[in-house]
Amino acid sequence: MVAAGNLMGGRSDAAAPAAIELRGISKAFGPVQANRDINLHVPKGSIHGIIGENGAGKSTLMSILYGFYKPDAGEILVNGRPITIADSQTAIRAGIGMVFQHFKLVQNFTVLENIILGVEDGALLRPSLSKARGVLKRLAAEYQLNVDPDETVENLSVGHQQRVEILKALYRQADILILDEPTGVLTPAEADHLFRILEGLKAEGKTIILITHKLREIMEITDNVSVMRRGEMVASVRTAETSPEQLAELMVGRKVLLNVQKAPARPQAPVLEVRDLAMVDAEGVERLRSISFDIRAGEILGLAGVSGNGQTQLLEILGGYPPKGARISGTVRMNGAPLPLSGRGCDAGQRRRDGIGHIPEDRQVEGLIMDFAAWENVAFGWHDAPEFNKGWVMDNDAIRRDAEAKMERFDVRPRDANLAARNFSGGNQQKIVVAREIERNPDLLLIGQPTRGVDIGAIEFIHKQIVALRDAGKAILLVSVELDEILSLSDRVAVMFDGRIMGERLPGQTTTGELGLLMAGVTDSDGVPPGPARVTDLPEGRA
Amino acid sequence: MDKMPKWADVILTPLISLILAMGISALVILAIGESPWEALTTMVEGALGSSYGWGFTLYYATNFIFTGLAVMVAYHAALFNIGGEGQAAMGGLGVALVLLYLPLPHWGLALPAAMIGAALFGAAWAFIPAILQAKRGSHIVITTIMFNFIAAAALNYVLVNLLRPVGSMDPASARFPDATNLPSLSEIAAGLGMDWGRNTPVNVTFFLAVLACVLVWALIWRTRLGYQIRALGKSEPGAVYAGINPVRITVIAMLISGGLAGLMAINNVMGESERLVLNAVEGAGFIGIAVALMGRNHPFGIFLAALLFGFLYQGGGELALWTSIPRELIIVIQALVILFTGALDNMVRMPLERVFLAARRNKGAAR
Repeated sequence: MVAAGNLMGGRSDAAAPAAIELRGISKAFGPVQANRDINLHVPKGSIHGIIGENGAGKSTLMSILYGFYKPDAGEILVNGRPITIADSQTAIRAGIGMVFQHFKLVQNFTVLENIILGVEDGALLRPSLSKARGVLKRLAAEYQLNVDPDETVENLSVGHQQRVEILKALYRQADILILDEPTGVLTPAEADHLFRILEGLKAEGKTIILITHKLREIMEITDNVSVMRRGEMVASVRTAETSPEQLAELMVGRKVLLNVQKAPARPQAPVLEVRDLAMVDAEGVERLRSISFDIRAGEILGLAGVSGNGQTQLLEILGGYPPKGARISGTVRMNGAPLPLSGRGCDAGQRRRDGIGHIPEDRQVEGLIMDFAAWENVAFGWHDAPEFNKGWVMDNDAIRRDAEAKMERFDVRPRDANLAARNFSGGNQQKIVVAREIERNPDLLLIGQPTRGVDIGAIEFIHKQIVALRDAGKAILLVSVELDEILSLSDRVAVMFDGRIMGERLPGQTTTGELGLLMAGVTDSDGVPPGPARVTDLPEGRA
Repeated sequence: MDKMPKWADVILTPLISLILAMGISALVILAIGESPWEALTTMVEGALGSSYGWGFTLYYATNFIFTGLAVMVAYHAALFNIGGEGQAAMGGLGVALVLLYLPLPHWGLALPAAMIGAALFGAAWAFIPAILQAKRGSHIVITTIMFNFIAAAALNYVLVNLLRPVGSMDPASARFPDATNLPSLSEIAAGLGMDWGRNTPVNVTFFLAVLACVLVWALIWRTRLGYQIRALGKSEPGAVYAGINPVRITVIAMLISGGLAGLMAINNVMGESERLVLNAVEGAGFIGIAVALMGRNHPFGIFLAALLFGFLYQGGGELALWTSIPRELIIVIQALVILFTGALDNMVRMPLERVFLAARRNKGAAR
C-alpha cells in the first residue's frame, strides 16, 4: 500500500490554521456505514480535493458538513472552533457555501432574484435587489465571475448557471466553498475558466473543497488531496507528491489500468450509414442538423460533445424511439437496408431484431427497471425473444438461468439474480445492462455514457468488454461526455455541437484542446460558448 | 437488501394498522356512550358467527375482489383507475341485455354469455378514458371519475325509459328468466345434504372471483403482457427504450381493469337481484380502491382485504340492526380502516422497519 494515513494532520497544524477540521466523524444509515472515523484537515486558503469511487462516502461527508445529516460521532471544527451544524442555515452562518452537482436555481427567476432568494432583507424586494446588484458588480470584477444580473436563469448556459451558484455562496459570505463534481457538465474551456475562478478565490484567502472523480482535475488544481474508500479516509497527501496512478490505486484498493489496452482497429465494410439526418423536435427546435457518418464493422466511432448537443436524440432515433412529435429527415442504412425513422416500422423492438444493441445514456431511467429483480432486467427489451417465452407465458426459469450465467461472466456483485436492480451499485447496475446488450452479439452497439457514475474498477472492465466486441468485428457508436474515455476507446472521434458534427479526428493525432474547441463550436480562449451564429463550417466537416 | 422480512411487510403491517383503526373506533364508540366490546362481538357474531353471516360476508367479498383486482391491474401500469364504480354499473347493463334479450335455456350457458357481456361493457367504459390518457394525456383519475357520473346518469335513463317493463313504477329492468338464475351456495350445500347459509346471496360467482385472483396473478407475474404492464408502470422511458408501446399497453391494461370491474355485475346483478336495479354497485367500486391498497396490489392480499371489508360491511349492518349505534358510525369505522391501512400505511411501516433493522444490527453485533 502506498503512503496512506493522515500525514498532513500533524505536520501542518501549527503552520496553517485549519479552515475545516473533522475528527472521528462516523455516520451509518441502517446497516450501511457511510462514513467511518473520518479525519480531515483542510488548511485555510487551499484547494483541497476529495476523491473516491461512487458510494465511497464523499457526498455523505459533505452533507454532514452542510448540515443535511447529523454525524453519529465525531467533531467538526471550523476555523479552529468546535461547531454543531444542525442545518444548512448554521453552515451558511459558519461561512460554508455549497455548489451542488445539480444546481438549485429557480429557472424562471433572474440571476439577481436567485441570489437574494432566502436572504432578502425585508418584505420589499427592491432594497435587497439593489444591494445585491452592487455586491455582484464587485464580485464579478474581483473573480472574473461575469453574469448578466437581469438575465433569466433558464437562458444561461450551464457554465454561467454554475457561476450563479458560486455567486450565491459568496453573497452569503462563504469563506469555505464546497463544489460537488463541478466540471461534469462543462466543456474543457468552461472547466478551465472555472479553475481560474477558483484560483482567484484561493488567492483571496478562500478555502475550496473540490469533490470529483476526475484525477486530471485533482492533479491540475488542488494543493492537497484526500482519498476515500468504502466510507473511510484512506489517505491525505500533498498533490505535488502523488501521481494519478497512485491515487487510482488508493481509490480502488488495487492496481488499475487507466488506459485501455487495445490493438489497432481492423475496420471492414460499413455497418451503419447515416446521411443528412436532421430532426426538429415537437417544440420546433432543431436538434440535429444534417448529420452524416459511417461506422464500419470492427471499429469504434467516438462521439464527443457537451451533453445536450443532440447526442441523446441521435441515439434515440437510431435506437428506434425518436422523441414524440419530432420531424425527422435523412436516411439511415443498416447493413445496406434502410431503417425506418418514423411510423410503424420505427420500433425499438424491431431495431433489436435488426441487430442493434443499445446501452442507453441513463441506465436508471431507461436501461433498467429499478424495482425489477436483476433476472427480470436481463430480459428487458429482449422479452420477446423466443428462448424467454413459452407462448403467452414467459419462461422465467430460462430467463433466470440466462441472468445467472451473464452475471457470472460479467462479475456482477453481489451475484444474486433475485435482488432488485436498485440495490446494486452504479457500476454493477451498468454491468447488468452491458452484459445484456453485449451478450446478444449485436452487429451495431449504441453506447451512451457507458461509465457515468461507475467506479474505476468497473470502468476498466466495461471498457475491455467494449473493445472485445469491436475485435469480434462489430460496429460501435460510443457517445460520452468524458473526453478521456472517448480518446482512449475510439478509433475515430467525431465532435458534436448544436446538432452538427463539427469535425472528425483520429485520437492519436489530436489533443483535448483541439477537441475542446470543436465541442464549444470553435470558441475563444475566454471559455464563453458562442451563440449558434458564431458557428461556421469547419474545413474538416465530414465528407 | 429488504428492510424487513416479507411476512412483516405483508401481514404484520396491515394487522397493526387494523388494530390501530379498531382502537380509535373503540374510542369513538365509547364517546357516544356505547360499549366497544359489545359492538365488536355483535359484528363478529353477525358476520362470522353463523353460516348466515358468512353468506353475506362472502357475497360482499366477491364484489370487492373483482373491483380490487380491477384497481390492481391498472395500478401495475401506473394507472389509477377510480372508475370501477361506473365500469361495474355498465357491466350490470351488459349482463341485463344479455339475459333479457338472448334466449338462454340454462344458467350454465347464461353464465359465460353474461360474463362476456359484463366484461365487454365494463371494458368499453374503461376504453374511452384509457385512449384519452394514452393518446392525449388526459389524466385518467379525472376522466374515470367523470365516467362514474356519466354511467350513473346513463343507467338511470336506460332503466327509466328503456328497460322498465310497461306498467312498472320501479326504475328497474324486468326479472331475468328463471332458467338463468345462478345457483346460490346454500342451494349447492343443500344438494350436498348440508344446511348452510340459507337465504344468503352468495352464489357461484364467489368461485369465479377466486379463479380471477389466480388468473390475474398469472397475468401480471407470468405472462409477457404482465411483464410489459409492470415495466410500463415502473418507468415509461424505460418501456419505450425496451420497445414496449405505451399507448397499446395502457389501453390493454385499462381494458382488463374495466373488464374485471364489469365482472362484478355477475355477482350482484345476475347472482343476487336477478334484474338490473338502480345503483346496483352500492359503492363497491370505491371500496375496491381500499381493498387493492390494503392488499398491496397482490391478488392474495386483495382476497384477504376483500374478506375483511366484507366482514365490515356485514358486521356493520348487524351493528345497526342490534345496537343503537347509528349506521353512519359504521361508515366512520370503515373509513378509519381505509385511512390506517391505506393512507397512513407508512406511519406503521417506518417504525416497524426501524425495529427490524435494529434487531438485525444487534444480531450482527452479537455474531
